[in-house]
Amino acid sequence: MSYAANLAMTLPEVVLALGAIALMLVAAWGGPSSTKAISWAAVAVLAGAGIALIGPASHGGDAFGGLYRADAFAAFAKVLIYIAAAVGVVMAPDFFRRTSGDDLRPEYPVLILLSACGMGMMVSAADMLTLYVGLELQSLAAYVLASFMRRDGRSAEAGLKYFVLGALASGILLYGISLVYGFSGTTLFSGIADAYAGPRSLGLMFGLVFVFAGLAFKISAVPFHMWTPDVYEGAPTPVTAFFASAPKVAAMAMAVRVAVEAMGPATDQWRQIVIFAALASIILGAVAAIGQGNIKRLLAYSSINNVGFALVGLAAGTPEGVSSVLFYLTVYIVMTLGSFLVVLQMRDETGEPVETIASMAGLSRTRPLLALAMAIFMFSLAGIPPLLGFNAKLAVFSAAVDAGLFPLAVAGFVASVIGAYYYLRVIKVMYFDEPAPAYGGEAGAIEGGLIAAAAVVISPVGWLLLAPLGALTLTAAQSLF
Amino acid sequence: MSGFPILSVMLAVPAIAAIACLLMSADNARKLALAATLVDLALGVVLWMSYDIGGAQWQFVEQGVSIGRFGWDLGIDGFALLLIMLSVFLMPICIGASWQAITKRVPEYMAAFLFTEVLMIGTFAAQDLFLFYIFFEAGLIPMYLIIGIWGGSNRIYASYKFFLYTLLGSVLMFVAMLYMAHTAGTTSIPALMAYDFPAGVQTWLWLAFFASFAVKMPMWPVHTWLPDAHVQAPTAGSVILAGVLLKLGGYGFLRFSLPMFPDASAQLTWLIFALSAVAVIYTSLVALVQSDMKKLIAYSSVAHMAIVTIGLFAFNRQGIEGAMLVMLSHGLVSGALFLCVGVIYDRLHTREISRYGGLAINMPRYALFFLLFTMASIGLPGTSGFAGEFLSLMGTYQLSTGIALLCTTGIILGAAYMLYLYRRVVFGEIKTDDVAAMPDMSRRELWLLAPIAAVVMWMGVYPESFIAPMRKDVGVLLARIDRATPISDSRPTAGKPAAPVTQAAAHEGAH
Repeated sequence: MSYAANLAMTLPEVVLALGAIALMLVAAWGGPSSTKAISWAAVAVLAGAGIALIGPASHGGDAFGGLYRADAFAAFAKVLIYIAAAVGVVMAPDFFRRTSGDDLRPEYPVLILLSACGMGMMVSAADMLTLYVGLELQSLAAYVLASFMRRDGRSAEAGLKYFVLGALASGILLYGISLVYGFSGTTLFSGIADAYAGPRSLGLMFGLVFVFAGLAFKISAVPFHMWTPDVYEGAPTPVTAFFASAPKVAAMAMAVRVAVEAMGPATDQWRQIVIFAALASIILGAVAAIGQGNIKRLLAYSSINNVGFALVGLAAGTPEGVSSVLFYLTVYIVMTLGSFLVVLQMRDETGEPVETIASMAGLSRTRPLLALAMAIFMFSLAGIPPLLGFNAKLAVFSAAVDAGLFPLAVAGFVASVIGAYYYLRVIKVMYFDEPAPAYGGEAGAIEGGLIAAAAVVISPVGWLLLAPLGALTLTAAQSLF
Repeated sequence: MSGFPILSVMLAVPAIAAIACLLMSADNARKLALAATLVDLALGVVLWMSYDIGGAQWQFVEQGVSIGRFGWDLGIDGFALLLIMLSVFLMPICIGASWQAITKRVPEYMAAFLFTEVLMIGTFAAQDLFLFYIFFEAGLIPMYLIIGIWGGSNRIYASYKFFLYTLLGSVLMFVAMLYMAHTAGTTSIPALMAYDFPAGVQTWLWLAFFASFAVKMPMWPVHTWLPDAHVQAPTAGSVILAGVLLKLGGYGFLRFSLPMFPDASAQLTWLIFALSAVAVIYTSLVALVQSDMKKLIAYSSVAHMAIVTIGLFAFNRQGIEGAMLVMLSHGLVSGALFLCVGVIYDRLHTREISRYGGLAINMPRYALFFLLFTMASIGLPGTSGFAGEFLSLMGTYQLSTGIALLCTTGIILGAAYMLYLYRRVVFGEIKTDDVAAMPDMSRRELWLLAPIAAVVMWMGVYPESFIAPMRKDVGVLLARIDRATPISDSRPTAGKPAAPVTQAAAHEGAH
């Protein structure tokens, strides 16, 4: 295979990497005044990377001797990642302009581009080392983003916590990779799969456990979730929205690919881990969220809860299961980005962000449309029909039942009732309580438009998307098997 | 009517009106909501007129596009037709009842009611398992908001209790539905009604569905959400809750539990009978000691719903037809009773029975209507309550004389608590000045209660109009569950062949 053909398959990453480097140079010479232009240029680069997916990048097969794979699964995940990253860029400028801390510097969009590039590598990795390099590129950019408000104590704390615990997770993952390499003699997913298909080996099992522990950390599944609430609360809100969407998709897609492609023959072994992590995430995410008074912490626990539901689809271990995971993630990032965009509108008269749930009291009377959008996201996260969040749960549980995992389905769904309680609490505060002082300022045209678009997609209007999305996710999932 | 998607139109009219309401002023929202519900009522009348009694089992079928995992498949049989009629009939009355009582956030209130109407019609018309679940479950959202925003003082507790109770019941049913779709390979309700699940599996599926329907119904001991929800909900909310939402449980038993799991239904009939018998006696006694009018009627609802469940699980024509009639009758009568409570609540803003008395003196018209609905609730011959309860108990008697005996006490107790209520509120002397100052029913209130009164009498005098549409469907259902019918506990033995001389003795023996 020619070098050009290899490059054509990795075109999205090439576009992102070159774009990020070019914009970094512009930032270095242009200074803070170039922020706005660089933000829009970054969105354009992300769009360019999305366009680059048309062609060999979405169905080319193996590139660089099997280190990298360009298939429908990776392409689907990348589309989600790019959309989430673009929203993350777009929602930032207003937030930083309003707050009294640091202004937005042009490095912000560049870091998001680098992170997106790393995430692209993660979902396309067909080799443990490609995976690790992609993961680290994503993580390093994310550590900096978390502490982007340098003069804010909480932001700095979030960055440090994220870094220390993220490094620990990377260590665990690397240790697992080294065990797997030691016992299988290769880092290629295909070779590892051959080793797992062979005679059982204790070393390979240990490797599997460590690799899954590392992955669980990255998707913030219980019991490796502890960093999530602190980081989500401390990081600037646009960054939190970004963390809750794009890296979640990337890490989840990466976990799916490792589980299916590298460790597919050991499905029965990893399924136990996934089932435990799924149920524990669902239950802990639901129970721990009940006492939260901070909306960002609440959404952090909600993301833990949702990862649990997505893992239910993975536990099925079938093409339908993987397809349901992709569908769940699609709906999840729309709901999450929508919720965080609403959280961005929560600010007092001076423009300082307000994060308590109590401050949302009576929002349905002071800002009816905002409250309606938030109510749609909350009911959808709770999985109440006819909103799209229900269809996502339907997909993952359907896959689990088809695979014969009845106890998991029953336990998971009953636990979702606990989760419904705290989502209802947000709606109760917005709709039933007497109004608190109204938030200052109106939503900008872009933010308002994005909230409205997300709410419409989640509403029953989104049913129109179900059939095409179902076909796309199934094609994507089948490319793994 | 072939080709005209009347069911989809009936869903679309209130849905569009609901969205429009949100953008309007309070006054226009009221008018639009009333207009939309009246249009739906007119469409409902068209639906009933063009329903071919004795024709195909499923009529007005719309096989729509497939949406992801399920299809937009609508269609109705006789049971669904009658319950849809009940919904569209009560809806304009609910809007009318809220005309003056609701003054804050009117557009949202009207939108919530219109959405409720969409979801109720959709639940009864859905022919796809998941489409049914979506409509069934989505009804929680508007009801939660109605109770929580416009309810009484303890509304938040009641709204949570309502939401979480019913959600917990439904999730088990949902998992069972996933299993059924997986095993039978179809999500079409008519196809599943003819699919035979293995007997062992049936029991589990039946129990999962039971968890949901028993809460919705509500059956003792999971009925406790109902009094709270009723007491806190605004008048129209109570009407819709008692009138239609409680019927979802009975409809579920009729549509899912009986035809899909006949063997399990037969095995677990004892469970239904036991819970129903307890419910009838226990909740009637509880109703007797209530001091809050709405709570009293709420408990009486639980008792009436128990008469529905025993009728459904009697496995014979009288029982099932009677159960359906009780559902329709209870929907009208309890709705009307809540409206009656609403009439005096709007004047005095209390539901305490002891605060009233002697209303017959200054509110004679009100006293008359209240009397009619009290009698209908007791089951006086000539009112709708009698036709249904009599058939239902007669059906039960054929299967179990003991349970019929226990449940019939419900009628006596029902007479006790309803007449006691009536006596305390309407008869006696006027005790306070503010009660004496209460004006009689206004023309608007008259227009709300008069149509219900007319239908209650119609159903009592000529129930055939309401039995005819479902006669064939009951036959189909009986043919399906016939093989599983439990053995009756009364085994009438035929008398010895009569010798001419001992004719009188043989005649007695046959009894």
